[in-house]
Amino acid sequence: MSRSWGRQDAATIVAALVLIWLMPLLISTYTLTVLVIYGMLALSLGLIWGFGGILCFGQAAFFGLGAYTYAIAAINVGESTLPMILAVIVPALFAALLGAMMFCGRLTDVYLGVITLVVTLILFKFVNSSAGPQYVIGEARLGGFNGIPGFHTLNIPGQPDEYIWGDALYYVCAVALLAVYFLVTWLLRSSFGRIAIGIRENETRVSLMGYDVRARKTILFAIGAAIAGLAGALFANWGEIVTPGLFSLGQSAEIIIWCIVGGLGTRLGPIIGAAGLAYLKFLLGQQSLIDNTLIMGIILVLFVLFLPKGIVPAVASLWKASFGRRSGRKPAGRRHMRRVDSANG
Amino acid sequence: MDLSFVILVEIFYAVASLALISAGLAVVFGMMKVINLAHGEFMMMGGYATITAVHLGVNVFVAMLIIAPLIVGLIGLVVERLVIRHLYGRLVDTMLATWGLSLFFIGMATMIFGNTTTSITTPITGFAVGDYQINGYNFFIIFVSAVLLISMYVLLKTTRIGLIARGTMQRSDMAAALGYSPDRIYMATFFCGSALSGLAGAVLAPLVGLVPTSGGAYIAKAFITVIAGGPSLIVGLISSSSLFGVVNQIFTFGISPVFGDVALLIAAVILLRLLPQGVTGKFFKGKM
Repeated sequence: MSRSWGRQDAATIVAALVLIWLMPLLISTYTLTVLVIYGMLALSLGLIWGFGGILCFGQAAFFGLGAYTYAIAAINVGESTLPMILAVIVPALFAALLGAMMFCGRLTDVYLGVITLVVTLILFKFVNSSAGPQYVIGEARLGGFNGIPGFHTLNIPGQPDEYIWGDALYYVCAVALLAVYFLVTWLLRSSFGRIAIGIRENETRVSLMGYDVRARKTILFAIGAAIAGLAGALFANWGEIVTPGLFSLGQSAEIIIWCIVGGLGTRLGPIIGAAGLAYLKFLLGQQSLIDNTLIMGIILVLFVLFLPKGIVPAVASLWKASFGRRSGRKPAGRRHMRRVDSANG
Repeated sequence: MDLSFVILVEIFYAVASLALISAGLAVVFGMMKVINLAHGEFMMMGGYATITAVHLGVNVFVAMLIIAPLIVGLIGLVVERLVIRHLYGRLVDTMLATWGLSLFFIGMATMIFGNTTTSITTPITGFAVGDYQINGYNFFIIFVSAVLLISMYVLLKTTRIGLIARGTMQRSDMAAALGYSPDRIYMATFFCGSALSGLAGAVLAPLVGLVPTSGGAYIAKAFITVIAGGPSLIVGLISSSSLFGVVNQIFTFGISPVFGDVALLIAAVILLRLLPQGVTGKFFKGKM
C-alpha cells in the first residue's frame, strides 16, 4: 500500500515540475504567478470545505489578512522573511480564535457561512474606512480605500537587497504551491486528516467515539487560514500593493466558485478550477463585446445544474469508464470477495 | 427635544428599511429554504425598473408599488422555472446557482444600463423640525414597511392561500396527497418572494444612486436579519430588524456611520453565537 502511494507521489512531483517548466512557454510568467497564487488560495478552501465539511464564506478574510500583515510588517521591518512568517501566523491565530468561538457554539452550515461572511464584511468596512492618519501600525499607514503601496517585496532570506521578482517569483510561488499541495496530502493521510473526513461524514458518530470534534475543526480551520495567508502574502508580492478589495464579498465568492467548478473533495480540483477560471477571466477581460461577469455567472449556473461534482471528479470517472477496464478487474474481484464475506458473516 | 425626535424617526426608519430589505428573502429563504444570493440583484432590478418607468413618464408611485414588483416577480418566475426548480432541497447548490445568477444579472444590467449611476429624485419633500431637516420620504418607507408586514401576516395567518403555502413548505408530500401541486405552490411563493424584493429595491431606489453592483450592499444585511430572526417569519423579522436597527443607529449617532454598520455586524455575530436558532428559536415560539 505505502509503496504504491510513494510511486504516485513521485509521479505527481515529476508531472508538476514538468508543468512548472513548460507553462511559461504558453502563458507569460506574470499571469502565471497569480494563477498559481489563486490555486493555493482555492486549495486552502478545498481543504477545509472539501475534506473538513466547513463551508467558510470568508476565506478572503484570511487571504486579505495575510496580504495586509505582510505589507504592514514589511514596511516596519524592511525585509521579507519575518513578514512572510507573520503573514502565515496571524491569519492562523485569527482563524483559531474565530473557529473556537464558532465551533464551541456548535454552529453549523448556514450559520457558519453567515458568521464568516459577516467577519469578512467587518474587516472590509474597517479597512476601507481607515484612510485617516490616526490609523497607523508602526510606520505603516492603513490607507483606507487606496490600500498600502510601496512596501518591501520578497527578497532572498538574509539579503534584503536581493529582490525576488518576475520569473523568479513565479518559480517561488509554484514551488510553494507544490509544497502546500504535499503538506495537504500528508495531512489528509495522517490520522488527523482521516478523522477530519470522518467529522465531515458524521460529526455525531466521531464525537461519540471520543474525539474532540470542536478542537479538531478549529485546528483544521486554522491550517486552512494559514495557507490562505501564505497565498495572500505572495499575492501582495505579486501585486506590490494591497487594497481592501482583497476582503471583498466578490473575492470570497470567487474562491467558492473555483472549488465547485474544479471539484470538491479533491486536492487537484480547486487548483485547476482556480487557475482555469482566473485565466478565463483574464482572457474575457481582453474583449469588450460581452460583460465578463455575465459569462462567469452563466458558467457557474451551468456547472451547478449539469456538473455539480466539478471537473476533476467528472474527468476521473470518465477516465475510469473508458480506460479503466483492463486494470479494473482486480477491484471488481475484491468487491466480489467482500460480498461473499458479508454473506458468510 | 428636536434632536430626540429626529433620532427617534431615524431609528424607526433604520428598522423599517431593514425589515423591507429582508422581507423578500424571509419568504424565499425563511419559508422555502432557498439561499437566494441573487436577492440583492432582484432589488437592484426593482430599482432599475422603477427608474426606467419614471423616465418613460409613469407616475413614480405606480412605478414603485406596482410595476417594479411585477417585473421582478416575473423575472423571478423565469429563474425559478429554469434553475431553482431543479435544486430544491440542495442548500449549497442553490446558494452557488443563485450566486451565478447574481453575477449574470449584474452583467446584464451593466450591458443594458452601463456602469454609471442612475437616480431619480425623492417624490416627497423634507420638512424642518426645529433646527433639523427630516427627509419626508423616510415616513413613506416606514409606512410601506408597516403595511407590508401587516399584510404578510394577514395573508399567511388568516387566508386559505397562506395556510396552503405554509403547509406545503412544511410537508410538501402531505400537501400533494391533499390535492395541491407543490410544484405550483413553490413557483407562486418564489414569485411572491421576488416581487417583495423588487418592491424593496424600488422603494429604496430614490434614496440611493443605482449602479449594477448596488445589490451587494443589501445581501449581507438581509441574510443577517433573516437568520437572526429565526424560524418564525414575521415576528422574527420584526424582532431582529428592531434589534439591529437600534444598534446601528445608536452607533451611527454616537461615533460614525461606518461604526454603525460594524456594530450591526458585530451584534449579529454575538447574537448568532448566543442564539444559534435565531431570536424566535428561543422567544415567541410558535408565533407566525
